Amino acid sequence: MLPIVPHSGAPKAEVRRLGKVFSGVAPGTPAALQDIDLSIEDNEFITLVGASGCGKSTLLRILAGLEHHTSGEVICNGRAIAGPGAERAMVFQHYSLYPWLTVMENIKFSRTLKVNRENLSSSDVEAASGRADALLNLIGLAKVAKSYPSQLSGGMQQRVAIARALMGRPQILLMDEPFGALDAQTREVMHDLILHIHRIEKTTIVFVTHDVDEAIYLGQRVVLMEPRPGRIHSIYPVPLPARRQQDMKHSAPFRELKAEILERIRVSSGITTDLDLLDQISQQGEAV
Amino acid sequence: MSAKAPPVRSSSVGPAQASASPPGPGIWAIAGRLSRTQYWAFATLGLVLPFVAWAALSASGWIDPVFMPGPVAVFNRLATWLIEDGLVVDTGISVYRVLAGFALSAALALPIGLLIGAFRPVEALLEPLTDFIRYMPAVAFIPLVMLWFGIEESAKIAIIFIGTFFQMVLMVAENVRLVPTAQIEAAQTMGATREEILRLVMLQSAKPAILDTLRITMGWAWTYLVVAELVASNSGLGYAILKAQRFLKTDTIFGGIILIGVIGLLMDQAFRWLHRRSFPYMHFKR
Repeated sequence: MLPIVPHSGAPKAEVRRLGKVFSGVAPGTPAALQDIDLSIEDNEFITLVGASGCGKSTLLRILAGLEHHTSGEVICNGRAIAGPGAERAMVFQHYSLYPWLTVMENIKFSRTLKVNRENLSSSDVEAASGRADALLNLIGLAKVAKSYPSQLSGGMQQRVAIARALMGRPQILLMDEPFGALDAQTREVMHDLILHIHRIEKTTIVFVTHDVDEAIYLGQRVVLMEPRPGRIHSIYPVPLPARRQQDMKHSAPFRELKAEILERIRVSSGITTDLDLLDQISQQGEAV
Repeated sequence: MSAKAPPVRSSSVGPAQASASPPGPGIWAIAGRLSRTQYWAFATLGLVLPFVAWAALSASGWIDPVFMPGPVAVFNRLATWLIEDGLVVDTGISVYRVLAGFALSAALALPIGLLIGAFRPVEALLEPLTDFIRYMPAVAFIPLVMLWFGIEESAKIAIIFIGTFFQMVLMVAENVRLVPTAQIEAAQTMGATREEILRLVMLQSAKPAILDTLRITMGWAWTYLVVAELVASNSGLGYAILKAQRFLKTDTIFGGIILIGVIGLLMDQAFRWLHRRSFPYMHFKR
């Protein structure tokens, strides 16, 4: 399938005055999303972060077409989004791989779909096979091409999920807390891998996370969202060099932005801890 | 909490836990482990012990052999049944009925269950109805079945069908509903059509659970076979058991019951073997 090339300068995706109210919620419940305006540039890596209930995952799922918005517009490549489509692939937190298929078969899964089988020449098939091999090398799992997902670690499984999503050369890669279930060390490795993939594949990536470090380290812009109703608080351009390195996490611009975002999330989540009261209680406990 | 508490706790518990495995409760630990040899030792014990108890009880002479014949008498009876009284024919006809009723049930329950699990309107249309019929005792349908089908083979197959079909539909529907949403949504964002999601994702994903459903319902098919043969038949293992009761031939009753148990166990093992063979990815040890 040939990618549809938009005229240069136009945003890759655009969200205008978007609203979402879930049906069946109690009356008076704040909207899941309200008045969202967001423009996502071609080849951009944008991260969405915020307290739980801020609607970041809902916004991502609306971009994927898995959820319908109730007001406003969502446009991808100049066309309104009406449902899920191969040009907007999604990587989920877990359980999305097909356990009955090998790693290679998972990556090639989209090739078995009608949408990719129509008007197919033998050179296309060859190209697809080459692409699957290239992706397998890109994620560093060529050795386990014939293994099943249940034989892989969580980190390796997510690598396969990313390769599978990239197989159809999507216009936008949507990632919903893809590393949320991984341990801290594996997550760091995955961060550098996804940045590398972003450089090589020149994909536009929208990445949802609740981890502020992750949001800043990966994103060119960080979209901070707030709950009740779900809305965008602010959009921060990340003041770090384009080519990220782990030690930048200790730099002043990183720490300052992190402190600012964390403080804002703390306030907006409405959850506070009364440390004095806790001290009192534990002192009473010791006295007994 | 005071500042000194955590280090005290970590130094007293940490190393102790690490070296605690030898004197622990071993195989009797809650959710503990058994080696393969240990597993088979316990399984054999569990199967052999009741036989030994049975043999001992009948050898003691406390119980009249008319009420409880010993294992040897039952085994001898099975041997003469096999050689003189057509055990093979009885077993064959019973197995045929079970398989026919079960196959008919599965052939209809699989597509219907799949549709109920996949589509809400089909669920709303069929699931309450199925639930309703499921609670009607299958045995109570026997007079009706005899009225409609007489005592032909179709009557026995119909009773097995009534006993298994409705349960099977609901269980298959549940198997399909338990397919992880992420598997379905991933296919959607790769451009799969509804038909492809049904065929390439939901069915494939639910297959191992569906095979387990079939294995479990196969056991019920045997229950309903005996019920059907007890009331509406003149052949088969269930009929032989009923006939033996009239003549107080308890050894035949025992033999028939044990034989049905053995056949059931063999079919269960066949299903498990098929599961391991068809879904090797579910049986990897990590």
